[in-house]
Amino acid sequence: MQLLNKIFTSLRGSAREAGEAYVDRNGIRIFEQEIAEAKQELEKAKRDLTSVMAKEMQTSRKMDSLGSEITKNEGFATQALEKGNEPLAMEVAEKIASLQEELVEQEEVQKNYVAHIDRLKAMIKKTTKALTDMQRQLGMVKTTESVQKATTAITQSYASGSSKLLSAKESLDRIKQKQQDLDDRLKAGEALNDDFEDKGLEEKLKEAGIGESSNKASEILANLKAKKK
Amino acid sequence: MVDINKVALQLVDIGNDAARGFPFEVQPIPGEQEVLQIIIEDREELPIFISATEEQILCIAYLFKEDEIEDGMLAEVNNSMLLSNISMPLSSFAKLDSQYVIYGALSVNSSLEDIVHEIEVLSGNTTEAIEAISEFLN
Repeated sequence: MQLLNKIFTSLRGSAREAGEAYVDRNGIRIFEQEIAEAKQELEKAKRDLTSVMAKEMQTSRKMDSLGSEITKNEGFATQALEKGNEPLAMEVAEKIASLQEELVEQEEVQKNYVAHIDRLKAMIKKTTKALTDMQRQLGMVKTTESVQKATTAITQSYASGSSKLLSAKESLDRIKQKQQDLDDRLKAGEALNDDFEDKGLEEKLKEAGIGESSNKASEILANLKAKKK
Repeated sequence: MVDINKVALQLVDIGNDAARGFPFEVQPIPGEQEVLQIIIEDREELPIFISATEEQILCIAYLFKEDEIEDGMLAEVNNSMLLSNISMPLSSFAKLDSQYVIYGALSVNSSLEDIVHEIEVLSGNTTEAIEAISEFLN
């Protein structure tokens, strides 16, 4: 939409001063107000829809009962005619006529309700979509503002602190060096571990009397004796 | 709305949890917008910055500045970054003024687990991205 286009232009433009706030605070407030109003409008439309739908259902029920009333009276009129009671049949026919008149009236009312329901549904759909759009756009503006503020905070923190921002390559080299150191330490540790394990084996062999003799002293003594001779 | 200070405290505990094997430190950065700086052990040079709005939590790491790109390679770098953007799990490239960044956006309803996962993935993607682009960098 237009807003992203605005952000595009504003962020791309060399005209923008560094750190200059893109966002117009007052504009945001007005926008938030519009969103609040749209929400209220939507709530009202939903309440209206519920009440009109209830009325439409009542009217439909009334129409059903009028319909069955007419059918019932038509039966009565036929029976009166069968019995040759013309005046009674006429009386019933008059009642049917007034019932039919009422039915036509109710049909008119029901038609109006249905039209009203359609209008409210269309309006709810439209407002919901507009509201989602506005909220999305507000999110865009607020994110832009927030990221700019965050960037300022980060930059200031680095400027005031002792740590300096390294170039990407320097950072990567250092991290790789640390990774290498860790690998080396792990390897050295493994080698040391292997040594220990070897010693363990030697000891076991000694215990089993295999390999080098463990009785060195007696060996030395024997050698000395042999030399003397 | 996420309470960034609450998240910070919880992150401190997780960062100190040696059993997780992903140690990191949390430092709040003062300013008009609250920002957390996540310093990951052995990757101190590439910290991750976390900020939150009503809608989302943003995790951002700085990659390189435009002037670190070798002369005449700007278009090539931009093109490569756009082409590879979608292949990166959870992270995307962006630019803040002349600073190239990599970032992930999370819903404000994300769990702490999600945030930690995001930090871990973003940190990995950061070094990998610089590595991939380093041939074009001074």
